[in-house]
Amino acid sequence: MKNPGKTLALAAAMAMMAHFAHATDLRIGLQEDPDVLDPDQSRTFVGRIVYASMCDKLVDITPDLKIVPMLATGWKWSDDGKALTMTLRDGVTFQDGTPFDAEAVKYNIERSKTFELSRRKSEVKSIESVDVVDPHTVTFNLAAPDATLLAQFADRSGMMLSPTAAEKEGADFGLHPVCAGPFKFAERVQQDKIVLEKYDGYYDADKIHFDKVIFRPIPDTTVRLANLRAGDLDMIERLAPTDLASVKADDKLATASAVSIGYQGITINTANTDRAKNPLGESKLVRQALSLAIDRDALNQVVFNGAFAPGNQPFPPTSPWYDKDFPLQPRDVEKAKALLKEAGYDKVSVEMQTSPSPQTQQVAQVIQAMAAEAGIDIKIVTKEFATMLKDQTAGDFQSTQVGWSGRVDPDGNIYGFVVTGAGLNDGHYSNPEVDKALSDARLSTDPETRKKSYDAAQAILMDELPIIYLYHPVWLWAYSAKLKGYTPYADGMIRLQNVSLEN
Amino acid sequence: MFEFILRRLLIAIPTILLISMFVFGMQKLLPGDPVLAMAGEERDPATIEMLREKYHLNDPIPQQYLYWITSAARGDLGISLRTQEPVTDLIGQKLPVTIQLAVMALIVALVIGIPAGVLSAYKKNTWIDWLSNIVALSGLSIPNFWLGIMLILLVSVRLGWLPASGYVSPWEDPLRSFQTMLMPAVVLGTGLAAALMRHTRSAMLGVLKSDYVRTARAKGLSERVVLIKHALRNALVPVVTVATLIFGELLGGAVLTEQIFTIPGFGKLVVDAVFSRDYAVVQGIVLCTAIAFIAMNLLADIAYRLLNPRMRNQ
Repeated sequence: MKNPGKTLALAAAMAMMAHFAHATDLRIGLQEDPDVLDPDQSRTFVGRIVYASMCDKLVDITPDLKIVPMLATGWKWSDDGKALTMTLRDGVTFQDGTPFDAEAVKYNIERSKTFELSRRKSEVKSIESVDVVDPHTVTFNLAAPDATLLAQFADRSGMMLSPTAAEKEGADFGLHPVCAGPFKFAERVQQDKIVLEKYDGYYDADKIHFDKVIFRPIPDTTVRLANLRAGDLDMIERLAPTDLASVKADDKLATASAVSIGYQGITINTANTDRAKNPLGESKLVRQALSLAIDRDALNQVVFNGAFAPGNQPFPPTSPWYDKDFPLQPRDVEKAKALLKEAGYDKVSVEMQTSPSPQTQQVAQVIQAMAAEAGIDIKIVTKEFATMLKDQTAGDFQSTQVGWSGRVDPDGNIYGFVVTGAGLNDGHYSNPEVDKALSDARLSTDPETRKKSYDAAQAILMDELPIIYLYHPVWLWAYSAKLKGYTPYADGMIRLQNVSLEN
Repeated sequence: MFEFILRRLLIAIPTILLISMFVFGMQKLLPGDPVLAMAGEERDPATIEMLREKYHLNDPIPQQYLYWITSAARGDLGISLRTQEPVTDLIGQKLPVTIQLAVMALIVALVIGIPAGVLSAYKKNTWIDWLSNIVALSGLSIPNFWLGIMLILLVSVRLGWLPASGYVSPWEDPLRSFQTMLMPAVVLGTGLAAALMRHTRSAMLGVLKSDYVRTARAKGLSERVVLIKHALRNALVPVVTVATLIFGELLGGAVLTEQIFTIPGFGKLVVDAVFSRDYAVVQGIVLCTAIAFIAMNLLADIAYRLLNPRMRNQ
């Protein structure tokens, strides 16, 4: 070695460069400010986006919604479907150093079930008890078979919190959350930012390429995009469909999209108070006429520049649960008029409530124009969201335009909305055959058996139409062209494993 | 003077109580069910019942008010239903941001508004007067959100001179803090400058016609001294009133500007709180704003007395 000093300096310089190359922050623009950061208490969609970087779950999903291992490496159902045994990943620690084991899982499920402020109670209701078989094996004993449980474990109910931190903080856990994910909580300023830092003890650290993740809530879509263009953000969620073309034309930016598992539809009041006594609530023929009067493709083109996915069922046409016997029907005004006549009307007048967001307003106006041509006169009633929700549950509506963000298990998109007496069944629709089919679908863990039950329910629902489905939103992300390895998922979450930012 | 201040402070107490009752009552009149707004998409019945019990929402409204006001008197403003954070912490977090924005916006408004008002009064019916009027009127009529978005697109996206949004505390990084606040302060300030300019102009016009100004000129004082020392000082009384009212209003938060530049101040917080029916937060901020307003009014009264010695003994 002729000049050791020079070599050393070079090595030092390279080491420094390597250090800089690793000191990367990722800044993500969210549409809203998340609520409390306690997976047992929280309820917002954007909160779940933050959890995707902070709190690993027992299981995860693939982009096409198959359940795959995460903190649990394998699982097995008992023959009677009343016990689920999971093997847990070895060598995992929470971000405060507490080891992750079967006791921790038991603690978490009990917290979800019994913690006063828990909003997960109904999601884990089927679990009667949890047995710690050995430090890495845990068995969930159920009161009755529950096919939806695994999907619940792929979301907030499956997020594992450090028992040490949860015990210490109690209801204040959300102010200093500690989980078992790749990034740990560092700081939060409401309406400003949530900062997460890389957790060095993460079991899958090889896949993580950021030192810090900063989430910034920026509700205005135009401003969120301007921040991305100005280089103040690296990624934004929910790009407006109307901005998609201009972002695609910008070679400094890239986009990704995924058809969401949620839907937008019109819920009809069929039996909730006297307000249901109107042609739309009383006659399925009128509801069929309304559905036929809507050109879902045109709706998508006009309001969303064609970026969303037209739909007619609680599951998008791309979903394995979609019933192919009832494909999307083209608009048929003549048939709609004939159905109205058959129901005994020349013209009907009906109220539809919507929230004040520009998008839902536009959707309502397009539907209004289309329905008018078939002889259905829609009166749009705009209500602020909290008011709309109250009137909806109280039965003070004729029809209401609402969306659902969607759940991984098909049950989450349908059961609560149409089963007699279920929590989200605002129209008080009731049909024993539908009840039976959807309850049966919960009992089996075999996808084929379940599909048959869902199809049986669908055959009735597509005829009676207690909910007229309109479209499935498409998640749109825009990000710097330097961001590599991002995979879009149908649940709208941002998973940072294998994502990196080039210099 | 001391007695005056004390008297005003004593009047402030019932005023604040009345305001808090009024706001509490108004909130309960809002349609919609706070618990449904908080229960989440699933609207789980167990959750709903738990929330009603926990936050005393089943109790009669006067009793709810009593719970709130007694703990508020002890310095406890309750907990945000949305994030579980204590309301006093939230106010502590947002107040400095709001004050910084208010001060900077007010400086922008004063720096533009007062000289423009003085000049346009002095050069009445010349092109300077018309130009100032045009600028003032456009400042008043251009909506904040439009000007804000245009500035972001021009200054941040096109030119890359200033950050598009965000907030940095001045204790952390004074330069960066100034940079992030500059555009919002300009957007807010220009709108307010117009009002200040109009008031300064009309007050100056009145004063410039008065006898003592003629006397001052007759004494041979320079125009500069006449204008600044004699005329402006007297014309400032109504301007101070407007400026303090503006400042008080700014302390209530600037909803649109905060939204566009994502500044975590009162405006943004209170809007989110109203929509999620986060009563404790709304109450806390209104209380805080009311106190600020009353303090501003008191300061204005003190300022009058400093500007105009004749008012001191009233």
